[in-house]
Amino acid sequence: MIILENIDKSFKGVKVLDNLNISFEDKKITVVIGRSGEGKSVMLKHIVGLIKPDSGRVLFNDIDLNTINKKELNELRKKFGMVFQDGALFDSINIFENIAFPLRQHLKLSEGDIIKKVMSGLNDVGLSGIESKMPSELSGGMRKRVAVARAMILEPEIVLFDEPTTGLDPIMSDVINNLIISTQKHLKYTGIIISHSIEGAYKTADIIAMLYKGAIIETGNAEKFKKSDNPVVKQFVTGSMVGPIVI
Amino acid sequence: MNFILDYFEKIGFYILYLINELGSLTIYIWNCILSLFRYSINMDNLFDQMVFIGVDSFFIIGLTGLFVGMVLSLQSYYAAKIVGVTYMIGPTVALSMTRELGPVLTALMITARCGSSMASEIGTMKISEQIDALEVMSVDPYYFLSMPRIIASMIMLPILSIISSLIGILGGYVVYKFFLGLNGTVFVDMIYKYMKLSDIYNGLIKAVVFGIILATISTYKGYEASGGSKGVGRVTTQAVVLSSIYILFADYILTSILF
Repeated sequence: MIILENIDKSFKGVKVLDNLNISFEDKKITVVIGRSGEGKSVMLKHIVGLIKPDSGRVLFNDIDLNTINKKELNELRKKFGMVFQDGALFDSINIFENIAFPLRQHLKLSEGDIIKKVMSGLNDVGLSGIESKMPSELSGGMRKRVAVARAMILEPEIVLFDEPTTGLDPIMSDVINNLIISTQKHLKYTGIIISHSIEGAYKTADIIAMLYKGAIIETGNAEKFKKSDNPVVKQFVTGSMVGPIVI
Repeated sequence: MNFILDYFEKIGFYILYLINELGSLTIYIWNCILSLFRYSINMDNLFDQMVFIGVDSFFIIGLTGLFVGMVLSLQSYYAAKIVGVTYMIGPTVALSMTRELGPVLTALMITARCGSSMASEIGTMKISEQIDALEVMSVDPYYFLSMPRIIASMIMLPILSIISSLIGILGGYVVYKFFLGLNGTVFVDMIYKYMKLSDIYNGLIKAVVFGIILATISTYKGYEASGGSKGVGRVTTQAVVLSSIYILFADYILTSILF
């Protein structure tokens, strides 16, 4: 289980996370929603130790990420996969090598086994036949699907998705959402998605949490969110410009 | 009164900036050294960087050495002719190339060609979250990106420096014999007479240090990139300027220690 406990984080005097508390249940998909600039990505980066909190604790199975050394953190990170907002594919190597990268770094597999795994990963995301292309030759949606394949290749326990559908057309967004659901069913990972797409959240989430002004203001399933009395949640869910959220 | 305060504020701000930079650079170097003990060097990356810094730079380094040697021979001739010591042109060219111009010009050319590329490549990776991706995949970016570049630069700079010096001396010889019409045997004999082995290896020590400086500064600056393509451009410029300044500064220090 991952728990973020009393997390505070400021950048250049601006408080981004303000006493944030949230826990992520094992083998479930939690979607954290919120407006752009609310600190969702900052929260996600705390979970993998890319950003350290000013105060508070990030606990992974009761291990405090701030108290372990770099080697232990790297060992822990092998349990994680992460899909970055723009894919973060290595642009100097082709798609095959991008997906094979974690395998080559952490497993001693034969070239035949690597080829088999990469091809199977590409097939799972519906992109067979693009292995020799460079990342710059792919569309945004294809890059995200390759990023999903790369994140899943080591069959991680936890997968983090940083706005997986942002910038995609509705059909491609649906493809990505379905991909997340199907891979989670298959691999049984703990999924943590940050998004500002409420429709996507309803579709993929077991649990939805809303981040507002650096703290979690509501947690529950899709039904609870649809019926929420919280005016902030209500305004966000309905997408109205009138309400307590000041633009 | 306010303008005086502003002035001191600016000085204070600049000093803080310098201390901050120096501290960050020290932490960076420390992390790079630590990565050497934590992991074995990635040989594929090291080989790629050696090819990029070394093999791919042969032509430009050779060309630089050739023209510098030729100019040196020609310039020395005008001065040497006045005092009647044209036989000293050979040692002048050879010593200048091996002790000074070979290592320094090679380092400056490699800074322009490869240092800028290191800073912009790592900078682009930084702003497009590729370095974060490496870290999440439990791959230490210092081990994976920095150390292969620093070690490759450390190995290839002395080799390129030797090539530059040799071609420079050859260029000087061609000018001496064919353009100035002087006795080529004297050129070679005088080099043998006045040049010591220490002139060569001290030049190589300089090249090793310059290699470490240029790759360390260039990779470090890459990690400092922020704010999109403009940020990458800014750190690339800083990498080239700072590396060049540090190389020239180190050159003076090393010359006063080694020779």
